[in-house]
Amino acid sequence: MGLLGKDSKLISDPLADNNPITIQVLGICSALAITAELKASIVMSISVIFVMGAGNVVISLIRNIIPSKIRIIVQLTVVAALVIIVDQVLKAYSYSLSKELGAFIGLIITNCIIMGRFEAFALANGVWRSFLDGIGNAIGYGVILIIVGFFRELLGSGTLLGYAVLGDPIEKTGLYSIGYENNGFMLLAPMALIVVGLIIWVQRSRNISLIED
Amino acid sequence: MEKRTDKNLYTLLFATGMVIVVGSLLAFLASSLKPRINENKRIEKQQNILYAMGVHENEGNSVAFVEDSKVAGEFSKYIKTQLVITDGLNIIEDNDAYLIDIKKEQTKAKAGESRKLPLFVGEKDGKTFYVAPIRGKGLWDAVWAYIAMDENMIVQGAYFDHQAETAGLGANIKQRFFMDDFIGEHLLDQNGVFKGITVSKSNADPTNKIKDDNEVDAIAGATITGDGVSAMIKKDLKLYQPYFDNLKTN
Repeated sequence: MGLLGKDSKLISDPLADNNPITIQVLGICSALAITAELKASIVMSISVIFVMGAGNVVISLIRNIIPSKIRIIVQLTVVAALVIIVDQVLKAYSYSLSKELGAFIGLIITNCIIMGRFEAFALANGVWRSFLDGIGNAIGYGVILIIVGFFRELLGSGTLLGYAVLGDPIEKTGLYSIGYENNGFMLLAPMALIVVGLIIWVQRSRNISLIED
Repeated sequence: MEKRTDKNLYTLLFATGMVIVVGSLLAFLASSLKPRINENKRIEKQQNILYAMGVHENEGNSVAFVEDSKVAGEFSKYIKTQLVITDGLNIIEDNDAYLIDIKKEQTKAKAGESRKLPLFVGEKDGKTFYVAPIRGKGLWDAVWAYIAMDENMIVQGAYFDHQAETAGLGANIKQRFFMDDFIGEHLLDQNGVFKGITVSKSNADPTNKIKDDNEVDAIAGATITGDGVSAMIKKDLKLYQPYFDNLKTN
């Protein structure tokens, strides 16, 4: 991180003590909606890293000419345009991937982390720092998504990335032969909230300075 | 002093400029990519039809279509005739029947106009397959399928797809464990009356050994998507029954 100097905090902070999901409580909606599978979590994380990085750069570039009265609308337009560009280019040049991503691409627009970082950081900071902040927050978001996706897919479906890692629940092989059952509840949205809650608990019990009064 | 960017006139000009720049950028992008996107969709339709009748490159649990570059050749090799059925039994041949937009035809039917029903007759290993495209509603958006049947309306293969069902739940209708369950299922009951195939939660047959119960096992957590699939099969495939009845009497 020598290259980045003190700017390295912009990347490292959102990974831990200023995580967008567990500390800033942004992006909860998509963290619940798409984490029933590990693969979807990974794909969503990568898409958000791209849109977040590019969006923060665009907003930072035009930050001095944006009229403050309509800045939220301008931000929305930038995210929406970026998302449409990604969607159309994928449909034309990587159709099978765009089929896989399907609904997620559209969902990126509604991710409040993106608007949150535009508003809180890119509007007040230079391009390079905004880029790092965007990437850092998107990675911080992605890490939580992947952790939640990992546990939900493993305990809910007994698979990881679609591979049956615990055996076959119908043929009763592997773990299932000794009476283990998948927990179907893990696949439903409430369990994502509970998993996020557990992560918040673990994080705050390891670093008590994060606990608010 | 008021900042320059806070003035009303500036705000108005900025908004107008932004709309023009972003609007023309996206319009340019969309129109220049459109031919490629349409071509991708056309290839996908052919791949889906072939998949339903068992022409695919599946390995293990994967879902793999015929390669893009080979699909045109395979399509003309396996699909012998493409039919368009209107008003029950008015049948014509049309080599572009696979391009018929099912969504538009359904809207037409709702408006009381006659609906075109495409049917693709394919042959593989001496067996004849009748592949019908169907379309319905899932939880969030459209779901659709290509169902390959034999002359007794017994399912020989199925390909399901969806616009925006939930990953890990409803989206699993395009997984092999769900699609393959349909193979061998009867669409008619013992008396030859059309019954469809219900995606059932109370089906006590998770390995799907019983094929003439008009039921397959549902996906946990995807009740509404499953109900949408059942409804789409009941509604759309029923329209093809006159064709199959006619096939038997001739």
